[in-house]
Amino acid sequence: MRRDTIAPPSAEQQTGKSRGAALAKKVNKDRIVKFFRGSRDKNGFIKTFAIYALLICIGFIYLYPMLKMLATSFMSQNDLLDSSIRWIPSGFNISNYRQAMTATSTNYWTALLQSFIIAGVPTLFTLVSCSLTGYGLATFKFRGRGVIIGLIVLAFVLPRQVTMIPTYGLYSRLGINQTLWTFILPAAFANGLNASIFILIFWQFFRTVPRSLIEAAKIDGAGDLRIFFRIALRSAAPAFITVALFCFVWHWNEAYLTQLYIQGKMVTNNQWTTVIIQLEQFSSNAGGTQYSQTASTGANKLSEAIKMAASLLAVLPLIIIYGVFQRHFVESIDRTGITGE
Amino acid sequence: MRNRPAKVNKIRVKRGKLEKREAMMGVLFCVPWIIGAAVFLVYPIFTSLYYSLAGVTVDSVNGIMATPLNQIQWNNLQEKYVQVISHDQNFLPALLDYLVSTLVSVPVIVVFSMIIAMMLNQKIRGKGFFRMIFFLPVIIVSGPLLSLLSESSANTLSVVDTQTITGAIGSFLPPALATPVTSLFTNMVTILWYSGVPILIFISALQKIDTSQYEAAYVDGASAWEMFWKITLPALKPMILLNCVYTIVFISSNDQNSIIGLIKQAMISGTDEKGYDYAAAMAWIYAIVEVLLVGIFALIFMTRRDKYEKQGKKIDRQMRRERRKVLHIQRRQARHAKRYHRPTVR
Repeated sequence: MRRDTIAPPSAEQQTGKSRGAALAKKVNKDRIVKFFRGSRDKNGFIKTFAIYALLICIGFIYLYPMLKMLATSFMSQNDLLDSSIRWIPSGFNISNYRQAMTATSTNYWTALLQSFIIAGVPTLFTLVSCSLTGYGLATFKFRGRGVIIGLIVLAFVLPRQVTMIPTYGLYSRLGINQTLWTFILPAAFANGLNASIFILIFWQFFRTVPRSLIEAAKIDGAGDLRIFFRIALRSAAPAFITVALFCFVWHWNEAYLTQLYIQGKMVTNNQWTTVIIQLEQFSSNAGGTQYSQTASTGANKLSEAIKMAASLLAVLPLIIIYGVFQRHFVESIDRTGITGE
Repeated sequence: MRNRPAKVNKIRVKRGKLEKREAMMGVLFCVPWIIGAAVFLVYPIFTSLYYSLAGVTVDSVNGIMATPLNQIQWNNLQEKYVQVISHDQNFLPALLDYLVSTLVSVPVIVVFSMIIAMMLNQKIRGKGFFRMIFFLPVIIVSGPLLSLLSESSANTLSVVDTQTITGAIGSFLPPALATPVTSLFTNMVTILWYSGVPILIFISALQKIDTSQYEAAYVDGASAWEMFWKITLPALKPMILLNCVYTIVFISSNDQNSIIGLIKQAMISGTDEKGYDYAAAMAWIYAIVEVLLVGIFALIFMTRRDKYEKQGKKIDRQMRRERRKVLHIQRRQARHAKRYHRPTVR
């Protein structure tokens, strides 16, 4: 590249003006072509442009439902009925949010707090139990290890519906139905919601802990537990962040199991509830009224705005958490052994 | 006896103390999981299998009770399964639909997420920003939010006119093939949203590829295209399988799945005809189909064993066979010697 830019003046000096000018022109043309098509070392403009355009377009597709939700949730009644307004509401209108907050029987803040408890506590237990199991599988060789890994994969592939009802029966025999224990107990024994994925993540991560480090600690007289706490855990922050985020989000979004085990779908006991359950109830209620009034699309649209506001309220905490942690999360992906090998 | 064969293969290396200790520690670390798996995985699996075969009785006092062993109709174990397959109008079509749509959409999702991951792995400005957007589905896609969005029009892409595309496809493909393909286009956004975690897995795999490999290939004059096929793709191959499995599992356990809805319905209805046993049978059939699907993709993308390793194993087997033959002959000789030539006592 650099040689090209230096070449024209020297050529001009040597061989007269007209020829030099032609050469300069050619070089210039080459440069333009190079700019667009790129060279071996550098992407050309066309390729760069294409990559950015694709990324932006697809990124927009990802963001589109969110943006649509955000836009619709702020629209007032007039905006919703006005077909000329599609994206930007005429004014900043939060009445939809107010309605969504008071639409269901339970207070939004109570449901939010309970959501945090239901998602947060099992996450803590999952972190402890899955990291232990993952470390055990990664560092030690013992008989039956293959069986354990096979069972973990089986648990991952098997649909939850297979074990749902027997588990329900088991919980009621243990007397822990409709308490938080139904989530905590499996989580504490590394068999909670999607626990196999977390075990695999930890396993792959702990495999990357250098063997020599562990051996050095052993020679210095550290026991296995001490090695785990002092060496393995210290370096496992990225794995912990990834697992914690996934676990929290999946528990947060798990409406059905929460209803079945904690809230008690068979028995109407409304002690526990989450924002997601509230959202489902609300949207099914709104849907019911929708079908009765299919003739008037206006009402349909009106309820949609409130629905959008409600769903935004339900995932807003997740988005905030994601926003706070995303930096660590994205970085941790580069370092976690999600993929291993 | 003088010429008894030496006990070559009976010598067993005793495991050392250290090894034993290590094995014990490994088991110790896994104890929480072992207990949990026994209680929350193995027990429910067998119970649900028992339910689906033997049937259950629902009692207002005891709740769900499995039929006791002495009341099982042994000649009619498959009853519920037969019922599900032959009498349920919704189940088989839904299952077929699920099979075809999964077979179509899994490759699309995986290829798409691979492309995105490779683009995100390049040197571009605003990498962090783009990554943030592309990991966003991880949060949203798992919740009921998705069903809400798909109910409302937000997930169909109004920017692109899908109608013309689907019309064009419908005109030159047979309807049996055209339906999944067209549904692919109408659900484009949903499918894109499924690719959050696969993108993530691919990116972390791409990060692990040693850059010196690329440098070496570059020095040898490989083009970017060749590098992709010779370096990137082989490195990503195990991840392709992982992502296929993940996507299948994700699609199958999603709330959007119609079969899941059917199973839940049967579970809740709790009537005599369609009760827990019925739901369990359904779930088992579904599980088998899902495992088969996973198996198909595993067969396609399984990394083949190393050629040399294979050959080594073959030779190993052969040697073992020969050794056994030799041993056999020796033993026979000894036997014959004993039988026909009485050993002379000195």
